[in-house]
Amino acid sequence: MAYSDKVIDHYTNPRNVGTLDKSNVKVGTGLVGAPECGDVMRLQIQVDDNNIITDAKFKTFGCGSAIASSSLATEWLKGKTIDDAMKIDNMDIVEELALPPVKIHCSVLAEDAIKAAINDFRVKNGLAPIESEKVHH
Amino acid sequence: MNLPIYLDNNATTPMDPRVLDAMLPYFNQKFGNAASRNHAFGWVAEEAVDYAREQIAKLIGASEKEIIFTSGATEADNLAIKGVFEMYKDKGNHIITTTTEHKAVLDTCKHIEKLGARVTYLPVQSDGLINLQELEAAMTSETILVSVMYGNNEIGVIQPIKEIAAIAHKFGALFMTDATQAAGKIPVNVIADGIDLLAFSAHKMYGPKGVGALYVRRKGPRVKVTAQMDGGGHERGMRSGTLNVPGIVGFGKACELCALEMESEAKRLSALRDKLQTSLLQLEESYVNGNVEHRLPHVANISFKYVEGEGLMMAMKDLAVSSGSACTSASLEPSYVLKSLGLSDDLAHSSIRFGLGRFTTEEEVDYAIEVTKKSVTHLRELSPLWEMFKEGIDLDSIEWAEH
Repeated sequence: MAYSDKVIDHYTNPRNVGTLDKSNVKVGTGLVGAPECGDVMRLQIQVDDNNIITDAKFKTFGCGSAIASSSLATEWLKGKTIDDAMKIDNMDIVEELALPPVKIHCSVLAEDAIKAAINDFRVKNGLAPIESEKVHH
Repeated sequence: MNLPIYLDNNATTPMDPRVLDAMLPYFNQKFGNAASRNHAFGWVAEEAVDYAREQIAKLIGASEKEIIFTSGATEADNLAIKGVFEMYKDKGNHIITTTTEHKAVLDTCKHIEKLGARVTYLPVQSDGLINLQELEAAMTSETILVSVMYGNNEIGVIQPIKEIAAIAHKFGALFMTDATQAAGKIPVNVIADGIDLLAFSAHKMYGPKGVGALYVRRKGPRVKVTAQMDGGGHERGMRSGTLNVPGIVGFGKACELCALEMESEAKRLSALRDKLQTSLLQLEESYVNGNVEHRLPHVANISFKYVEGEGLMMAMKDLAVSSGSACTSASLEPSYVLKSLGLSDDLAHSSIRFGLGRFTTEEEVDYAIEVTKKSVTHLRELSPLWEMFKEGIDLDSIEWAEH
């Protein structure tokens, strides 16, 4: 299976690899997936007082598409408010990276990681977590 | 050195130029049908097939009359298992095989289960070898066939074939082996090993794709299989269909070359393989899968913990290898062979199979070592699991959300 140029680009030059201090109250951390499934993503956001994401970092254990999906997610997150970030849909990632059907789960995982990071931040800051109603296929 | 480097010789091998040369005349000059008995075109083709049959039989210590040509090892496995079940089902309906067999054996067994066969799938030990006591305990008076592969395609582990055959025979069952990975690589002898049926293929030994054979023992005992392909009664009635003459000629030549060069080639390849393995095991948290003593000389299956195999293969884009990871398959299930060894799913997802071959050079192996080390290190920098491991976090203590 051939990878799209964008997947190769993100895979070869992943953006925003790294770790933020998860004990910081302004940092939200999402850890999703499972080693048994061959995919684990950790996505972290740094949020300012206006609820704008000023920094985002990731580390991913997974295939090229999983790494690319999380790399792309960190790019998209920076500068967004946490409410706008909540609206990022896995299908946007599928489209941007031209992921084939067998790799859609990578984009789902990235969306889950975004939501988990935002909810972690919300809970830390006394806000209720937002339940996702979306059903993935 | 040309890139990419081919290190997937368990999947298929490049054809040896000497094999190609032997085949070429049989496409257009000597194009006859080997079954045409009444003119020179047919005789020439038949003569070529007879000669190839001898070359092939010789490689495994058989007689030429015991070789049944097929389209490959998958068809040979099908013919052996379905053919024995159909031929001997009045004698019993029990078949024993192992969980690490190739799908050509496992799925054929699943098929005959629907037709009334009872199949025992013996587990393997953590090194990939079967337990002979367990085999003996599974044998019954109803057992008609024991089918255990010679060398495993994923981990290269060589089963104790002679001992397995002896147990099968003790209980009056036939012994079949899928020797696709072993034939031509290590000495295989149907007489010394006590093999009744043996499946193998040309393209795993520097011959062409689309041709293989089933060895069917003719005496002590005389084994019969019911044909699964009906028609003109070719191959002593066991496999109808016009013979693939150029393919068979190539298969013959490939067997002859393997027989000639096996000893020196096995030495050369195991030295290169060991160099590769030793160098890669210098990486922290890397493990060899399968028994390292009873192993084909050209294979090393290594897990690099905390790195996912498919992601790793993408990083090693100049190396053609394969992985036990199954990120592309709908099931997301990693290799069933590695899981049979008791490997956790995450280690199975982290495995890479290196398969060396006749045309692999030391320079290529050195390059492969360098690229693999660099890629594993790079991906570990990206891996949250590696970071947790380095921080001393027990990954089993985390409640993962399986998806």
